[in-house]
Amino acid sequence: MSSSPIEIDEEAAIIAQARLGNTGAFNELLRRYERKIFRLALHITQNREDAEDVLQEAFLKAYEHLDQFQGQSKFYTWIVRIAVNQALMKLRKRKADRSVSLDETIDTGEDNIAREIAAWDENPEQKYSREELQRILTSAIDGLAPIYRAVFVLRDIDGLSTEEAAEALDLSVPAVKSRLLRARLQLREKLTRFFKRKGDDAFAYM
Amino acid sequence: MLTCKQFLEELSDYLDEKTDPQLRQKLEQHISDCPNCWVICDTTKKTIQIYKGMDPVAIAPDIHDRLMAALEQKMARKT
Repeated sequence: MSSSPIEIDEEAAIIAQARLGNTGAFNELLRRYERKIFRLALHITQNREDAEDVLQEAFLKAYEHLDQFQGQSKFYTWIVRIAVNQALMKLRKRKADRSVSLDETIDTGEDNIAREIAAWDENPEQKYSREELQRILTSAIDGLAPIYRAVFVLRDIDGLSTEEAAEALDLSVPAVKSRLLRARLQLREKLTRFFKRKGDDAFAYM
Repeated sequence: MLTCKQFLEELSDYLDEKTDPQLRQKLEQHISDCPNCWVICDTTKKTIQIYKGMDPVAIAPDIHDRLMAALEQKMARKT
């Protein structure tokens, strides 16, 4: 995501106002980021109620700790970090028997790569209505492991850079890159089932 | 000559145009020789494009209002 210096300055001014207790300024921060934070929380927790809690807790915490926001990173990256921690806590609470972390070791074996190889229609999304498409895309993401979901949403939907995603998720740059690759390949595989050209298979190209 | 596995490991960087020219040339050589990797590359590119256009989820107005009310309460306590 490329922000011009003017946008960052403008946001710094809004944050300064919010720090002083200007509710209008905080409302503006909410308006800018609440939908993205909610989407991310929804993808991590997979539960609307939890996602709403995460959204609320993240913004309340952000307000409480606004003094600690240094302005070296973007406000969005900072609040994502808070929201991701809240979302993971929710997950842990629900799955009390096992800890959930974005830092789990991942299977880098080849078994998750390319079982289904088929070319797609030219504009595959046009085969489906907006709602159907939305459902297909969302359920494909939800089929990924949590460690992949957050990385994919931040990098490929929200448009954060690899470095920003690493900062937001408290992961190393290579960890973000390897998770993003697996996420993209797994999604490609899932979507191929919906979008492939009729009667097509790998051997058509051989 | 790259193997398919080596190609796939570099696929993300290739699609993000983050590879150096030398590696890029090798990757392009691989897809022109390997129909399967060409398909994987093309459909992964399309996957990323489709998600880029995805709408953010709508959040119910009452969620925004509840959040704002909770914040205002907190702000009032602080000042």
